[in-house]
Amino acid sequence: MVKSVFFDNLVNNGSFDLSSLWGFHHLVVKPILLNGEREKEQVRYHVIYMCHIEFSIPPPAKYGGRHTVTLIPGDGIGPELLNHVRELFRFSCVPVDFEVVHVNSASTSEDDINNAIMAIRRNGVALKGNVETNHTMPPNHKSRNNLLRTSLDLYANMMHCQSLPGVQTRHKNIDIIIIRENTEGEYSSLEHESVSGVVESLKIITRNNSLRIADYAFRLARDKGRRRVTAVHKANIMKLGDGLFLQCCKEVASGYPDIEFDSMIVDNTTMQLVSKPHQFDVMVMPNLYGNVVSNVCAGLVGGPGLVPGANYGRDYAVFETATRNTGKSIANRNIANPTAMLLASCLMLDHLKLHDYANMIRGAILTTMNETRLHTVDIGGQGTTSEVVQSIMRIIQSGGPLTTEI
Amino acid sequence: FGGKTWYIKVSFTCLKGKYLEELNIQTVTLIPGDGIGPEISTAVMKIFEAAKAPIQWEERNVTAIKGPGGRWMIPPEAKESMNKNKIGLKGPLKTPIAAGHPSMNLLLRKTFDLYANVRPCVSIEGYKTPYTDVDLVTIRENTEGEYSGIEHLIVDGVVQSIKLITEEASRRIAKYAFEYARNNQRTSVTAVHKANIMRMSDGLFLRKCREVAENYKDVKFTEMYLDTVCLNMVQDPSHFDILVMPNLYGDILSDLCAGLIGGLGVTPSGNIGANGVAIFESVHGTAPDIAGKDLANPTALLLSAVMMLRHMGLHGHAKKIETACFDTIRDEKVLTKDLGGNAKCSEFTADICRRVQDMD
Repeated sequence: MVKSVFFDNLVNNGSFDLSSLWGFHHLVVKPILLNGEREKEQVRYHVIYMCHIEFSIPPPAKYGGRHTVTLIPGDGIGPELLNHVRELFRFSCVPVDFEVVHVNSASTSEDDINNAIMAIRRNGVALKGNVETNHTMPPNHKSRNNLLRTSLDLYANMMHCQSLPGVQTRHKNIDIIIIRENTEGEYSSLEHESVSGVVESLKIITRNNSLRIADYAFRLARDKGRRRVTAVHKANIMKLGDGLFLQCCKEVASGYPDIEFDSMIVDNTTMQLVSKPHQFDVMVMPNLYGNVVSNVCAGLVGGPGLVPGANYGRDYAVFETATRNTGKSIANRNIANPTAMLLASCLMLDHLKLHDYANMIRGAILTTMNETRLHTVDIGGQGTTSEVVQSIMRIIQSGGPLTTEI
Repeated sequence: FGGKTWYIKVSFTCLKGKYLEELNIQTVTLIPGDGIGPEISTAVMKIFEAAKAPIQWEERNVTAIKGPGGRWMIPPEAKESMNKNKIGLKGPLKTPIAAGHPSMNLLLRKTFDLYANVRPCVSIEGYKTPYTDVDLVTIRENTEGEYSGIEHLIVDGVVQSIKLITEEASRRIAKYAFEYARNNQRTSVTAVHKANIMRMSDGLFLRKCREVAENYKDVKFTEMYLDTVCLNMVQDPSHFDILVMPNLYGDILSDLCAGLIGGLGVTPSGNIGANGVAIFESVHGTAPDIAGKDLANPTALLLSAVMMLRHMGLHGHAKKIETACFDTIRDEKVLTKDLGGNAKCSEFTADICRRVQDMD
């Protein structure tokens, strides 16, 4: 859709309203010569520049100085870990109230998940556990987690994989940010059986979403002072689909000349990740490859219990563990690692601009992990979930700020 | 006098038997390939000769030619040779960018209906990687799935790629996986899928695997999500035995496992087709920068050739050559550049030949 918007008085540095330009456009900037002057030379500013005009996410609702956050317990280890989060927040007097919305994974009606989505629209921020998907149900019963992500248009999944001091892993000092497109790609849930015995599944890649996620990746890289963005793709085989994704990334990259851009094919990427992970800085990729790469990286830094993940949209943000496991086999046995969920709650506090609380809790978690070496079973220790949480609370208490009783 | 004649007769019979056994030479089609292909093929031939393996090589070229009707195909001599011998060994092939024809590997796959790609990944003692206890096999469906190549531009800015899963192909690959498990004394087969998201397609694949598993009760069957497999593989690969999966996951996982043991330069690979055809290959590139300089590492092609010997039932020779190869690498005295040494390809080959001969 070609829209021509004329701006005069650019020379006078007038301010103009850009709200009509909401979204992605090619901005072709041409000088409009005044007073019918003839072009003396063929000087044309043919700048084709990708510009994403975005308003920053409005600050979430705050009543009486306290924020309200939607909490979705989910299945498996979700409920117990989120209970620990609530306990810790209550203890540390964090000004956050939780609105709990249960989603029943066994029920076929979509009322539960719609309630949850409405609650998140109301509050703007959510913290969730993973809702299990029973894949023996008929295909029209979509994954609840996927439904949540697509309805709220949480287009960017961000995962920061950092080696934690005190955790034994084969590779040390890993620091990779993975940005994964969260709404389309292979997860479009569009499948049909046209002929009996032959199933087709559609993978959708759109220009808008690819530009959006690439822009998010580059902006994040710039904000965090990162130097390189790598796009992961399989464009040698899926020439149109991943080819479009790659092209969009290249276009956005041209607008960020201070950040290096390269690309790598996904199978080579996984091979490099297990042998030389330090070559990666920021990685951006479509949905399915994001799933694979984020799980590989989580494994490299010590497992699913350590890495938090965040899903950002234009208006909403939902925080969870990065690898989205339900952990059914370890549920209710007090052995789950609370680190991932607690770090996710710290990311949430950062999003709510409660940085002091976030840093305090994060510091306590790292101290527990590193200095007291209280580890849960998944990272080779003997501690229980409650012991780890108690230790974190003790460290917070000894740090000085006002807390309730342990 | 009669006794002496009798003795001579028996000896002759024993000799004749041995001669017959040695005459049981099987012919294998050899496709040297491009780049470093010819030199590593020569290396493998030398080692096989030293090991006295009953293999006779028939070299063929598979550069695509345009057949009648304008369709690209592999040369008829190559096709005939493969169909006759049923077993092939292939070096790396160059994928031309602007030659107008599809990749050679794709052409071979379509011509011989190579439906299963098998990659055994075993940690190599002497070639240190952070992972030391890998011993698994990835079996990947090679004909359909995400690589069907069907893509459409729906509207400007929206592209759709079609992932195709069929009952027949899923059943075939599952059957092959279980047969492989039985023939190679492996204990379990794990199906890798993402049926929570791709309910119908991966659901179909999973159902077929379950059905086939019913007929192979001696092999344990489990199912695991792709992300869980990736997560666990990177933390503790010893949990896995045989993995069977559709095309895309197979591509990613087989390369992941290759990375665990040291990369494509040391990973063997085999492609099994319908009608008993099997082509074993090295999966690394043609390395044009070191071609012809005697610097290449023949390990990948050699291990693929060993896999081929096992497929043909020649376990004794396979074990001999494999042990010699691993011993050379473990000793770390004569290693090619990519393995961390600075020996030439011919020196590396000669060392393995020497060890093989010493074993006799």
